[in-house]
Amino acid sequence: MTFRTPTGGTIDRNTLLHFTFNGRKLTGHPGDTLASALLANGVHEVGSSVKLGRPRGIVAAGSEDPTSLVQVEEPFPEPMLLATTVELFDGLVARGLAGQGRLAPEPDPARYDAKHEHCDVLVVGAGPAGLAAALTAARSGARVVLVDEQNQAGGALLGVDEYLDDRPSAAWVADVLAELRSTAGVLVLERTTAFGMYQDGFVLALQKRTDHLGFAAPAGVARQRVWRIRTRQIVLATGAHERPVVFAGNDRPGIMLASSARTFLHRYGVLPGSRAVVFTTNDSAYCAAIDLAESGVDVPMIVDARPEAPARLATECAARGIEVRAGHVVIGTEGAGRVTDAHVAPLDGVAGHCDTVVCDTVLVSGGWNPVVNLFSQARGKLRYDAELGAFVPGEELETVRVAGSATGELDLTACVRQGRNAGASAAISAGFTPRGQMPLPVSDSRCTSRSGLVLWRVPGDDDASFVDLQRDATVADVLRATGAGLRSLEHIKRYTTIGTAHDQGKTSGMIAAGIVAEALGVELADQRPTTFRPPYTAVSFAALAGRDRGELHDPVRVTAIHPWHVAHGALFEDVGQWKRPWYYPQAGEDLHTAVLRECKATRESVGMMDGSTLGKIDVQGRDAGKFLDMLYTNMMSTLKVGRIRYGVMCGVDGMVIDDGTVIRVGEERYLVTTTTGNAAKILDWMEEWLQTEWPHLDVHCTSVTEHWATIPLVGPKSRDVLAAVAPDLDVSNEAFEFMTWHDTHVAGVPARVCRISFSGELAYEINVTAWHGLAVWEALMAAGEQYGITPYGTETMHVLRAEKGYPIIGQETDATVTPQDLGMSWAVSKKKPDFIGKRSFARAENNRTDRKQLVGLLPVDPSVLLPEGSQIVETDRLPEPPVRMLGHVTSSYPSAALGRTFALALVRSGHERIGETLYVPVEDSLVPVTVTESVLYDKEGARRDG
Amino acid sequence: MQLIPCPWCGPREEAEFHYGGQAHVAYPEDPSALTDEEWAQYVFFRENPSGPFAERWSHSAGCRRWFNAVRDTRSHDLLAVYRAGEPMPEVLS
Repeated sequence: MTFRTPTGGTIDRNTLLHFTFNGRKLTGHPGDTLASALLANGVHEVGSSVKLGRPRGIVAAGSEDPTSLVQVEEPFPEPMLLATTVELFDGLVARGLAGQGRLAPEPDPARYDAKHEHCDVLVVGAGPAGLAAALTAARSGARVVLVDEQNQAGGALLGVDEYLDDRPSAAWVADVLAELRSTAGVLVLERTTAFGMYQDGFVLALQKRTDHLGFAAPAGVARQRVWRIRTRQIVLATGAHERPVVFAGNDRPGIMLASSARTFLHRYGVLPGSRAVVFTTNDSAYCAAIDLAESGVDVPMIVDARPEAPARLATECAARGIEVRAGHVVIGTEGAGRVTDAHVAPLDGVAGHCDTVVCDTVLVSGGWNPVVNLFSQARGKLRYDAELGAFVPGEELETVRVAGSATGELDLTACVRQGRNAGASAAISAGFTPRGQMPLPVSDSRCTSRSGLVLWRVPGDDDASFVDLQRDATVADVLRATGAGLRSLEHIKRYTTIGTAHDQGKTSGMIAAGIVAEALGVELADQRPTTFRPPYTAVSFAALAGRDRGELHDPVRVTAIHPWHVAHGALFEDVGQWKRPWYYPQAGEDLHTAVLRECKATRESVGMMDGSTLGKIDVQGRDAGKFLDMLYTNMMSTLKVGRIRYGVMCGVDGMVIDDGTVIRVGEERYLVTTTTGNAAKILDWMEEWLQTEWPHLDVHCTSVTEHWATIPLVGPKSRDVLAAVAPDLDVSNEAFEFMTWHDTHVAGVPARVCRISFSGELAYEINVTAWHGLAVWEALMAAGEQYGITPYGTETMHVLRAEKGYPIIGQETDATVTPQDLGMSWAVSKKKPDFIGKRSFARAENNRTDRKQLVGLLPVDPSVLLPEGSQIVETDRLPEPPVRMLGHVTSSYPSAALGRTFALALVRSGHERIGETLYVPVEDSLVPVTVTESVLYDKEGARRDG
Repeated sequence: MQLIPCPWCGPREEAEFHYGGQAHVAYPEDPSALTDEEWAQYVFFRENPSGPFAERWSHSAGCRRWFNAVRDTRSHDLLAVYRAGEPMPEVLS
């Protein structure tokens, strides 16, 4: 049986669309939503409720619908959509949900993007008020953006068959729209929901660009777009949502908001059912009843909770054979699935008196809730309007105006006037002069704008009276909350979960507040409504991510030598945004075997790594030395040109923040290196001190990280390799001392070679411009071939430095570690009167003997590898909790050089415990370890000079 | 997203800025002359008012300059911005 009317609506009846719902093949027309097409086919049961598994239908016609959750399966799986906002297209496959959907297991092939828009006046909502506001602002010459969530302008006019100025209202809408579209500087966006209001006129809106095209969506067009709108002035013409009344059994499919049924009729040419009982507290539902009756629906009764029915409308109803029961309410319904009967009784609750009316539809109207979500997001205060039974905008904001039924106004002409005024004043505030006032249209609506009776619920079975149909939250749940002592609506919302579903309580929130006020015996005017937060309607993460996914999610930084690493099978490690070679596995090697090979080759012959990611800051100026003396714990101003010094930086609290080498390039010029991950942070740190504390210092800092390719050449044979490619350079130990640098040519290109070692081996760090990095790397590989030169990655670097007890900032340190804790008192100047952190070293806390200090750990069983991060305890048996933790393992590796495993750790009183046996819980056992000094290899430093 | 009026660049989106905590907390002239408590006041203690608060901002993704702003912590409204080294302007809360 079809519930499609023979004529009417804005659907294209000449075109048939085929779709599948819950496995059933059905048809509809262009212009339908999935919901209207389902109703046209007599399908009311869409899904089931999340907790109780009760059938759920279609309550509203738009985005406020609490129940019609579906999962679209084809063309691409997308969960948690509302049947009322999914536009029908040919081939759509969808199914109803039980409150939860399923994300697609495969990547979404659609594209999503974002666009920035700047305007003078943003109007949200293209109903009568919004159109009037937009046109008035546009005529003033302001740049106007008008957004509306529907696929066509008109707002509430889309759901009625009323006339404006003796013409169908659609003609009025079309005229306004045509003028807007032909006005320069006006942007009208349909299918675009303003979902978030932020400060300073920043509004986010989601535009659904190709969703409605389904399989016919063109490739290469972003499916959805997030508009990032920055506007001077905002007019909110967001309309009002009809509010239901809660009664026992109010959740059955077939029970629908009266105005929504009217919308289904007039916009889609769909009847909600065959026999409808109308339950109302105000006049507006009479229009729905009369319209439906005239369209062939049997309307046996209007149940009006008010003691007296409106005389004129009641007469009109009587003429159509509709009985009007004033002072009555629906107290319950029947039906295994869809509603089959409504129980009607007097509101004053005369016991036993109850009529049962057979029906397949119950239309409900409890009044109107202005859509104040965006106003509230804009931090506008709300006020309770007792006549409406709703929160309305309660103050004027500087840049946000509200117009139309969003203010609580119900009269159409008055709404248009408000829109016109709001548009004019917004334009004036944005610096424009309104021109050519638009005339107010005259409506033929037979429904008066009178407010009705405020009725939250009909007393009855609390457990069957649903407040939030999506959350299965009932009146009983609300009373449990108030009974448990909760008074704040925010708390009750969280306790009951009312208003936390996809619809964010658009139809349930106000009622919940009303029931709470009744239960507590307080005035709603004294209750603070729950805070509305973005998004107004659900927004997918894909849309928010836009183009920022995959490779575009975050910049990937690679060095000049990167292609070589890729070509030679390196595995990469992410260090900040950098891709660094982690290790270079040969056939059959895993991490451990590859790293042991790389370490052995480097310590016994020669290895090489790409150190280009090391942060490099060029520090210049007359006061550069003085400045670095304040930043580093040791003295830098005394460094001679041509020499290099290792330095440690601390925060004012005395905790290590970074380390690296400082090269004195000239009298007024230093090159500072930082750890890879801290390069930007340290540059910021320098700028902060220079700009905010010492602006009188003549110092300038520039990041030169990417200008240089840096290649550490490491191992006893490094001198021979370097000599082969740097013929101008005297590489002898006497001519080229440790911690000095020379400018020369390497492989024929200008190079700065530093004698620095992060491994304890004889080592050179070759710096060339990034442009030459790859060529120089290849030349070094060729020159080292006879020595079996071995490229190594960050893992081998970590092992080599750990064997020497060199800490890695961020691995051995965690912002609670001083240089002294690291055993680096030697790097802390005693001569300098001050430097950042110095005063903190004298604090009692930093002089406690039980501070955690860096030590080495040797597992008694040399084959046991301690997991990094393991805790360290004192006893070989765990006492009752709480167990005293002495510290944790910071680094742990197998060592080729030591022929065993080893670890570095931060341990309480670590320096005093050298020689002690401690225990490391690993899974179910306690592993005994011997505490040692942190330097485990070549303690005397014999290898440094080759 | 809030607009922050950089005194050098004009209004820019807050994502371009980096927060620097309370303003006008000078590095002590002679830290060694301070007691532990005085030093701890400098290192660890900051105001946390409900209302106007002078604080430091850096236009880190723009001109990279540090400047000061008076922000009402209740509303996030920026009541004044001024360049580093300039005195705090009088603002009405």
